[in-house]
Amino acid sequence: MTLNRRGFLGTIAATGAVLAAPAVLGQTKPRVVVIGGGAGGATCARYLARDSDGAIDVTLVEPAEVYYTCFFSNLYIGGFREFESLAHRYDKLTGEHGITHARAMAEGVDRDAGTVTLAGGEVLAYDRLVIAPGIDFVEGSVPGWDLSRAEIMPHAYKAGPQTQILKSQVEAMPEGGTFCMVAPPNPYRCPPGPYERISMVAHVLKARNPTAKILLVDPKDKYSKQALFEEGWEKHYSGMITRIGPDFGAANVEVRPDAMEVVIDGEVEKVDVCNVIPAQKAGMIAEAAGVTDDKGWAPVNPHSMASRADPRVFVLGDASAQGDMPKSGFSANSQAKVAAMVIRSELTGSKAFPAKYSNTCWSLIDTDDGVKVGASYEATDEKIASVDSFISQTGEDADLRKATYEESLGWYAGITADIFG
Amino acid sequence: MAGRGSINLAFRLALVSALGATALPAAEIGDAGNGAVIWGDCAGCHEIGPEAKNAIGPKLNGIFGRRAAGLPDFDYSKSLTRAGRDGVVWTLETLDAYIANPRTFASGTRMSYPGLDDPGKRADLLAFLRDFSDRPRDIPEAAPTARRTLPELPPDILALQGDPEFGEYLASECQACHQASGADEGIPSITLWPEENFVLAMHAYKQKLRPHPVMQMMAGRLTEEEIAALAAYFATLTE
Ligand SMILES: Cc1cc2nc3c(=O)[nH]c(=O)nc-3n(C[C@H](O)[C@H](O)[C@H](O)COP(=O)(O)OP(=O)(O)OC[C@H]3O[C@@H](n4cnc5c(N)ncnc54)[C@H](O)[C@@H]3O)c2cc1C
Ligand code: HEC
Ligand code: HEC
Repeated sequence: MTLNRRGFLGTIAATGAVLAAPAVLGQTKPRVVVIGGGAGGATCARYLARDSDGAIDVTLVEPAEVYYTCFFSNLYIGGFREFESLAHRYDKLTGEHGITHARAMAEGVDRDAGTVTLAGGEVLAYDRLVIAPGIDFVEGSVPGWDLSRAEIMPHAYKAGPQTQILKSQVEAMPEGGTFCMVAPPNPYRCPPGPYERISMVAHVLKARNPTAKILLVDPKDKYSKQALFEEGWEKHYSGMITRIGPDFGAANVEVRPDAMEVVIDGEVEKVDVCNVIPAQKAGMIAEAAGVTDDKGWAPVNPHSMASRADPRVFVLGDASAQGDMPKSGFSANSQAKVAAMVIRSELTGSKAFPAKYSNTCWSLIDTDDGVKVGASYEATDEKIASVDSFISQTGEDADLRKATYEESLGWYAGITADIFG
Repeated sequence: MAGRGSINLAFRLALVSALGATALPAAEIGDAGNGAVIWGDCAGCHEIGPEAKNAIGPKLNGIFGRRAAGLPDFDYSKSLTRAGRDGVVWTLETLDAYIANPRTFASGTRMSYPGLDDPGKRADLLAFLRDFSDRPRDIPEAAPTARRTLPELPPDILALQGDPEFGEYLASECQACHQASGADEGIPSITLWPEENFVLAMHAYKQKLRPHPVMQMMAGRLTEEEIAALAAYFATLTE
């Protein structure tokens, strides 16, 4: 029995992708520019360079020298990880895979000319462009808050100094004080992220400041892994956490950073720490490239991750609007592999295979109490559609929860090696 | 998705179960008397009976219905412990698969026993083991599903040639969790396995014989060609 590839080719061809037609015949090496060296961009750059064996010229545009993962940054806040354990550098990508790291912000994209302009004025030409800038915040989504207030009321939703600020604020809270989180509306990066954070803050306060209170102001009716978090909060942090949902006015919230006040539906609350996670949209450069929709995200072709607006531009990770996949590091990594496979086939004529995606998100509720949720996905013409899923159950025994946590450590080691080499 | 391949597999497994069922006396698991002789293969490491103690391997009294790696006073491998924690319980079905190839359930098992290929001999041995369980009468003489065990995957599935390029693409999905370097932190290593063991392990998840929600989902949508391609890729992967 041999493999029958006709079926695979059929699927891809039907999507209208350019198949096995080296786009740059006769020219020097085909060039791919990747904007953003996070979970999506770095994975895509690495797979393109590694699997094409040097046949594609890959430039990664990323201003930072060190990338701090948002994933596991909550565990740093909880005291389960060192800050430095979140740090990843690009030396394997440049050293082992010959990727060029352009250390600058991309400021503009000229899709007709096929060029990207960097903050220093440098212009890079591309045959294919990958945009993976993560998220930016929607201005004015939490009245009273903007980025200039982020040192007083941190978002800590892009990891790095923001995460450190939030952690030190939590640790410095006065005895019996109040920690407040303003949670974001859908869609946003890492659906269980805010609730894992609440758990980690509670873990710290339970040990250091057990009479402190946590106020969760949440504009959503329901949220990811809700039953699991609620069970865990009751078990480990009983009486500490109060969630105010939209039925009590949480959709109508304003903050006053100077006074350290949160106004919920007209009611003024004095708080000691306020973690504001605003509404989100695709990273700015996606909009500058003209590939976003009116909601601020970039629609893509589910079979390839190519932009609906331009088949030579691919959008990965949080910035993309693809359908059912949550905005997670796992998803971004999964999407990047599909895009790299498609781009290689378009530029070098390598084989194309049908798109396959999956995601698993672990969350830590307390020491050795880990839970997970995951799904697998397939591409339909309309969207990336969920086909199968699972979630941890309430009432699981302690051994299984501990094993789930240990798995998440294995995943972190695995995925960061897969992203950064 | 898994469409063509999995329908095929289900069909073939059904065929196998039909054949298996007629090849053996339908009313009994097997012949316990023969099983006592085959037990000689196990007796170097295991004890069974009223006086049994743990030896190189754990004592096997009352093995039916026991959780894998379930004796508190035996030092099991990490791999079998994980299987137990995930919920593997010893039944006709799971024991049959374990004895056929211990690596189906636990790659890193310390039971260095190559496996018993002959389904008839396994059935006899299971009948023997059943006599030493706490309530043999509660264990069905012949569970209809007992014959539907993975090691009976038709040889052409085990022998499928994997396409390395396809394997490489498929494997990228696995490497979000399983490290290409073979490192083993919290998630087991899957590199450099004999291809057949790999195929068996994946089918054990696919058929939900081996519990674990992530792996059941991952394996559940793979066709047999895809599993073969993955086995071939990981079998030689070194970094
Ligand atoms: C608290 C928290 C916990 C999380 N936990 C998990 C988890 O457990 N599991 C999980 O899978 N996911 C988790 N996530 C989500 C995950 O971090 C994101 O979904 C993931 O990082 C998205 O990848 P990305 O490539 O789209 O964007 P990012 O990883 O954010 O990468 C974007 C990169 O682009 C760069 N960039 C932006 N604009 C430009 C520009 N114009 N020019 C050049 N470079 C630019 C940025 O500097 C950045 O490095 C968590 C997130 C948070 C906030
Ligand atoms: C070379 C020694 C050896 C031989 C031969 C051997 N076993 Fe084992 N067996 C072990 C060890 C060691 C373990 C524990 C495995 C682990 O921890 O992974 C074990 C585990 C088991 C278990 C799981 C028990 C539990 O508590 O979960 C069963 C069932 C079993 N063996 C049955 C058999 C049968 C039946 C045979 C004969 C066909 C056999 N073994 C032959 C060493 C052996
Ligand atoms: C989301 C993380 C994740 C992904 C993705 C994943 N696995 Fe796994 N895998 C695990 C975990 C966790 C285990 C341990 C399961 C258990 O306890 O039985 C495991 C176990 C296995 C085993 C058995 C290992 C052993 O020691 O017995 C094999 C084989 C395997 N995986 C293959 C694969 C293949 C092939 C893929 C890709 C198609 C894949 N896995 C994708 C997490 C993952």
